[in-house]
Amino acid sequence: MQRVPLYPWHVDAGAKMAPFAGWEMPIQYRTGSIDEHRLVRRSAGLFDVSHMGRLEVTGPGAAAYLDRLVSSSITKLGVNESTYGLLCNESGGVIDDLFVYRLAERWLVVVNASNAQKDTAWFRSHLPDSGVTLTDTSDATVMFAFQGPHAIALLDRDTNGTASAIERFHAALIDVCGVPCTVGRTGYTGEDGVELFAAAHDAERLWTGILALADRHGVEAGPIGLAARDSLRFEPGFPLYGHELDEDTSPVDARLTWACDLDTDFIGRDAIVERKRAGASRKLATVIMEERGVPRQGCDVYHGDRRVGVVTTGLYAPTVDAFCANVYVESELARTGAIVHVEIRGDRKRAVVASRPLYKPAYR
Amino acid sequence: MTFRDDVKYQESHEWALKDDDLVIVGVSDYAQDSLGDVVYVELPDVGDVKKKGDSFGVVESVKAASDVYMPVSGEIIEINADLDDNPSNVNDSPFDSGWLIKIKPSDPSELSALMSAQEYKTYTEGLED
Repeated sequence: MQRVPLYPWHVDAGAKMAPFAGWEMPIQYRTGSIDEHRLVRRSAGLFDVSHMGRLEVTGPGAAAYLDRLVSSSITKLGVNESTYGLLCNESGGVIDDLFVYRLAERWLVVVNASNAQKDTAWFRSHLPDSGVTLTDTSDATVMFAFQGPHAIALLDRDTNGTASAIERFHAALIDVCGVPCTVGRTGYTGEDGVELFAAAHDAERLWTGILALADRHGVEAGPIGLAARDSLRFEPGFPLYGHELDEDTSPVDARLTWACDLDTDFIGRDAIVERKRAGASRKLATVIMEERGVPRQGCDVYHGDRRVGVVTTGLYAPTVDAFCANVYVESELARTGAIVHVEIRGDRKRAVVASRPLYKPAYR
Repeated sequence: MTFRDDVKYQESHEWALKDDDLVIVGVSDYAQDSLGDVVYVELPDVGDVKKKGDSFGVVESVKAASDVYMPVSGEIIEINADLDDNPSNVNDSPFDSGWLIKIKPSDPSELSALMSAQEYKTYTEGLED
């Protein structure tokens, strides 16, 4: 089991640590995950996501190399711009979803912890003979997210206004709390905020520095565990690998064709084009439970007596204040207002397909 | 962590309190803390008759669904319907407003056979969380 550099800090802060993708990670702190969720929606929260994989790509062939592997428009990125994208196999299944930042002299690729080894092997196996260097910087760096409606204004206090000068999905190299950081105006919560990359030896200074900064300026903020991170990403409709995405799932089914630039020749493109043309037999939908009960991943979904799909994520969504689920269902049922039943411990409970997203990202 | 000492406990982390001729049942403070935020509680129907050790419901937290088990045999006389709207009472007040069911016990000796607070505390200290 691997540990992030701030492992001792999390334990001291009263975090419940649990295994996640081979890492011992803070699942929640003392106040519990629902309060943490609300704190991020209301003010600001700090996440240690150093378990995620970070790869740096350099060299004259870097752009073309990434463009071949990643579904989104890599070559259209300007310096200090970033994009969400998918890593697909030849059949158009999703190996991972990731973020790519184009920085001045390098490209930074952020991948899921659960897929880091698999992704690294995939990236390595597609390296050209020369012109591209791939470096795994995961151990040398940490990654934090600072998210919420008050996050940017607070960071402005420390950075002389440079935080708010970074546009959405852009990045900059700035000092935060005296620590040199790559700062992306990105995140996975539906709130405005940043993701910060810094040297591992600066981890504690940056982390405690941000919390102290909030304290000093009377901004409500605190550490947020992975449980709240899950509900925060669920409400705005962001997929989680292993739930909404896997190697047998097409981006067409997952409603992620917006993240695929079909004018570029990335691996998996042809299969995705074909799936789009033929029409997906199943689609991702989000349902709200009309009868009480907590749907869980793997619960079957019915329409009348017919099994029509399966739950990929199910939880209590604090901002929506309802039990909700992502489901893959037959495409004709993946429309707002359709009625389905989710089987929870043998009981089929009524649910209605909701308009997506349940929570509109604050920056959109 | 509170180990209220006027109630009895069983290994699956329910507490049981004698209240005249009924037994009130809930989950321990240790259990609610391990579960994390409780978001839903599924309880039996009033009038159901169950044996000691039978599952009588499910406590669902953000993390997982956990069955809860009868500490004594008997008939379900009352359920805490307030938990439908306030499931977090299980976290905030496991021994009071977070109670789950009231049982009319069929074998009073089952209650006295349960663990005391001290025995239960020792038992939890031997568990890995």
